Amino acid sequence: MIHQYKLGGLNIVLDICSGSVHVVDEVAYDIIAEFEQKSREELLAEIKIRYVGKDGITEEDVEECYDQVVSLKKSNKLFTPDTFAPMAGELKQKTGGVIKALCLHVAHTCNLNCSYCFASQGKYHGERAVMSFEVGKRALDFLIENSGTRRNLEVDFFGGEPLMNFDVVKELVAYARRVEKEKGKIFRFTLTTNGLQINDDVIEFANREMSNVVLSLDGRKEIHDRYRVDYAGNGSWERIVPKFQKLVEARGGKNYYMRGTFTHANPDFLKDIQTMLDLGFTELSMEPVVCAAGDPSELTADDLPIVLEQYEKLAELMIQRRREGRPFTFYHYMIDLSGGPCIYKRISGCGSGTEYMAVTPWGDLYPCHQFVGEEKFCLGNIWDGVTNTATQKDFASCNVYARPDCADCWAKLYCSGGCAANAYHATGSVRGVYEYGCKLFRKRMECAIMVAASERLNDPS
Amino acid sequence: MKHIQTLETRNLCDSAKNGGCGECQTSCQSACKTSCGIANQQCENTTENK
Repeated sequence: MIHQYKLGGLNIVLDICSGSVHVVDEVAYDIIAEFEQKSREELLAEIKIRYVGKDGITEEDVEECYDQVVSLKKSNKLFTPDTFAPMAGELKQKTGGVIKALCLHVAHTCNLNCSYCFASQGKYHGERAVMSFEVGKRALDFLIENSGTRRNLEVDFFGGEPLMNFDVVKELVAYARRVEKEKGKIFRFTLTTNGLQINDDVIEFANREMSNVVLSLDGRKEIHDRYRVDYAGNGSWERIVPKFQKLVEARGGKNYYMRGTFTHANPDFLKDIQTMLDLGFTELSMEPVVCAAGDPSELTADDLPIVLEQYEKLAELMIQRRREGRPFTFYHYMIDLSGGPCIYKRISGCGSGTEYMAVTPWGDLYPCHQFVGEEKFCLGNIWDGVTNTATQKDFASCNVYARPDCADCWAKLYCSGGCAANAYHATGSVRGVYEYGCKLFRKRMECAIMVAASERLNDPS
Repeated sequence: MKHIQTLETRNLCDSAKNGGCGECQTSCQSACKTSCGIANQQCENTTENK
């Protein structure tokens, strides 16, 4: 399968199944587009009429270009057949029963009252609650017991607002550090926070213990404060920004993401990215809102072209700032062409419900944080393990080849079938696809690859 | 005349031989939390990822 597109002044050709990326001239672009439909003679004749004489292009140039395409096909870098379907279920089968990541919902409560929150202001459509140390400790033991030979274990402190249960977070990290060596594991912790309760103690702890921190900021003050308000209705921007700046400065280069959400109120989210940059943040993530259909914050069909254009402008901004020596990272444009995931990872889909689960304050297990509160998805609990094996099987069988809609999509080996929660909320099935999200994803991938190609061509080192 | 510049990329077909160690990030959880993609994840298998 081939995908070709023009962006940022480059003609880009992707050979999906080998993972090859080619930057080509106009002649090659047109030859590749029709290579499989036409005979050599027929195609050469058409291309010669189109190009010979233009910009000094000769008949020999066209023939040489055709031969280069033939040669790339022979070396499996163009038109590589898709032979991966039989392997699609292998990784999850091979690792059946192994869990390597948990999202600990340490606080089903929040000190903000954001109407667009997918977790219904942290309560996940249930009661307010915080996780006890005993439940959290059992969750960590459950993870260790079920992690098989995996060394790297990921644990995210999530909510609601996890800093509303900070003492338990600290105790759990201390416990994990006590046992990880003896158990042959490495815990990688992440903290996702709205920032209100950040203080020097939190900063010191987070920068010592957290592999990553995810800091919620929507960008411009008026955009952020539209949704991210406290229970008195006051915006939070002015209170959190100085705290985030202090935390990031003290972080000394360790991973963090400034994570924003864009909604119908700001499809022109590049202005919010710009605000984050102006505030001194360089590791950025900006996510389309996840909400119920019909919610006022929902992105509309009219927003789509605006959002797609913003992604392109964002790519241009990244290239420009890199050239100026002021680079920044955008989470969705991070792509390592020479060292990205292997094919097993690319076809087996998200680990939700299999390698990854969410734990509620009461110790119930869910396939991921986005399913918490939907009782039929409850998989079991941290004492008895997974008992709802039918639902787990559903998630285990989720892979890119299990989604008929993905069959002909060029982006399938970059997205691996996408998010089960998005699919479920859009279609009622975890094996459906959230088409709006797909459109955004494909554009992001085109931009990400263009930015990477531009870097390689202009700065080969 | 150079019509095609091929960037160095990981060969996905070859990665079938040594891949699948399962040590890499398992979901969006440590990052965006709302939209899974795997293109931006890192391979953790440093011995095989050549």
